[in-house]
Amino acid sequence: MPSDMILLLGVNHKTTPLAVREQLAVGKGYEEPLHALRSIAGCKECYLLSTCNRVEIVVVAQANAQVEEDIAKLLFGTSVAPEQRQDYLYIYRNNEAVHHLFMVSTSLDSMIVGEAQILGQLKEAYRHADEAKCTGPVLNRLLHKSFSVAKRVRSETQIGASAVSISYAAVELAKKIFGTLENKNVLLIGAGEMAELAAEHLVGQGVSKVVVANRTLSRAMDLAKRFNGTAVSLDELFSQLEQADIVISSTGAPNIILHKKDVKPIMRARRNEPIFFIDIAVPRDLDPELNDLNNVYLYDIDDLHNVVEINKSARDKEAVKARRIVDEETLKFQNWMEGLSVVPTITALRKKADDICQAELERTLSRLQHLTTNEQKAIEKMASAISSKLLHDPVSFLKNESCKEQNDVKVEMIRAAFGLVDKD
Amino acid sequence: MMGEISYLLFWVVLAVSFTALILYGIFFVKQKKSIRNLARLTLLTAGILQTLYILFRYLQTGYTPITSQHETIVFFAWSVTWAYFSFRWRYTVKNFGAFISLLLFILLLLAAGASRTINPLPPALQSWWLPVHAGISVISYAFLALAFCGGIMYLLQERELKSKRFGYFFTRLPSLDSLDQLNSHCLATGFVLLTLGIITGSIWAHQAWGAYWQWDPKETWSLITWFLYAAQIHQRFSAGLRGKRAAVMAVIGFASVLFTLWGVTFLLGGVHSYAQ
Repeated sequence: MPSDMILLLGVNHKTTPLAVREQLAVGKGYEEPLHALRSIAGCKECYLLSTCNRVEIVVVAQANAQVEEDIAKLLFGTSVAPEQRQDYLYIYRNNEAVHHLFMVSTSLDSMIVGEAQILGQLKEAYRHADEAKCTGPVLNRLLHKSFSVAKRVRSETQIGASAVSISYAAVELAKKIFGTLENKNVLLIGAGEMAELAAEHLVGQGVSKVVVANRTLSRAMDLAKRFNGTAVSLDELFSQLEQADIVISSTGAPNIILHKKDVKPIMRARRNEPIFFIDIAVPRDLDPELNDLNNVYLYDIDDLHNVVEINKSARDKEAVKARRIVDEETLKFQNWMEGLSVVPTITALRKKADDICQAELERTLSRLQHLTTNEQKAIEKMASAISSKLLHDPVSFLKNESCKEQNDVKVEMIRAAFGLVDKD
Repeated sequence: MMGEISYLLFWVVLAVSFTALILYGIFFVKQKKSIRNLARLTLLTAGILQTLYILFRYLQTGYTPITSQHETIVFFAWSVTWAYFSFRWRYTVKNFGAFISLLLFILLLLAAGASRTINPLPPALQSWWLPVHAGISVISYAFLALAFCGGIMYLLQERELKSKRFGYFFTRLPSLDSLDQLNSHCLATGFVLLTLGIITGSIWAHQAWGAYWQWDPKETWSLITWFLYAAQIHQRFSAGLRGKRAAVMAVIGFASVLFTLWGVTFLLGGVHSYAQ
């Protein structure tokens, strides 16, 4: 289908600030924008992905500038002036579009490379497009392929194996200590923004209780409310430490607020239940020697940064492998797309018929040794006549100019009916 | 005929256990689920074959085969395998199988080195107390061996977490909590069986020799081992001993078990030393 092309238009966290992304017309919901996309002239198949980091539209459409223009208009609505759009928008065509979609599905294009969420979001988006009957043979194939590429990358590389942000690293470490974080208590000392972020991740992992201890109680109460927790004053710190499993400290105190000699009796009271201290304050809140106590694990901000750095360099190595897989799969998809056009299909059809004729002739003629050469030739002729007469109708159906728009559907149909399966 | 089958069967047991070790090793490096399933199946096969071998040996000798060095080690290996599966049935501890299959293979290798000749059973051992006392004792050692493996894994993982330098083991070893749970479970089970083993032994001694306790070296060392584990149990359940100290104690306790099982026989002798 030489006249059709795959178009991908979108904005993401790299090109577009959040403030702009928030105002995009297609930010919320799938149904309306999909409906609007479908009604754009020349657009045959369409699909929309909308996450907090990106909005991307993929369409299969006739190649002309008007379609791109229409989609961009739909994407930005009235929030961005047309001349500003090109600052934010990226447009990929055909192979580049396929490549980009694979980069997204394998999370190589994500803010945190290797995160697993994006695949779920992609599947969700596809489900919506499918329900709205917006996808056709090309997009179905392309999106399914993007899922399987993501799976391949996951199983063949270690890209998703390690945590590459401070909060993720803290969660990963906590899991190595406690196994599961369910039924664990979190104590926040100080109500800073970093502590809030880290606590958010921990709550996402199912911790049961959050306690906020802060110098000013009102701020503690505000933060505690966010996590359905309780607020206490700093005077209660020691008694709270007896119940806490994970302690995140981020006060602005100039000196160390918790010493080794304070924690030692607490460990006795806790019956040696392990405790994980995360000190993200600068200057530090917690005595570095806490780490020497049995069943006490202390990580400060530098330690966490180190974990992240180690993981990052390991991940970057894996990302190279993953990119190679994406390149490979893009090429395979390109081959399939080319296979969709009419001429190779006709060739493949004829080849299949010839192969069958040859095989059957050999079988039959080897059993009829007494035939003369002329008689043999006559049989061969008959066989090829039958096959070409049989093929005449499907071939002219493929070649039919009157419904060229439907070429991809026709080709898919013929390929399926005659078992001209793609090898991949 | 029976002897030949039994002879061959032991080599099959050794080969299958070795395969399990290799598969668990590959799984440890590659962390692929399909390999783990295969490894587990192989280990299960090894466990069943060990059972068959012990049954054969029983039919061959006419008594429960826990008397010679070879028999005791095989029975120990068998107990480790099935203790592992009984534990695995209730808990999941990542990559525990790799460590267990290593221990299992070392044990079977030792068994292969020991003499396999069948000696007539000394009259003192001709009693149904033999399977009860020796069986329970060796099974208790198997659970303590599990606690030992868990202890080693705990120490490896704890070192990674404390030093904050994450090497090869960090991602491959389970969480400290699950290892501590393993310690607690195997310690409790092992200790109960150990106590039962000593009590049944004492009753048997009373019947056979007329005295419940006669400070034979093996008895003395069993008692030392028992005290070591009793201290752990007491500390764990009353004072909250756990983590690194518990892991170190599990390793020390198991060293004492090994000495009771072999050290005493070879170095100290005494009435328990039948298997020379």
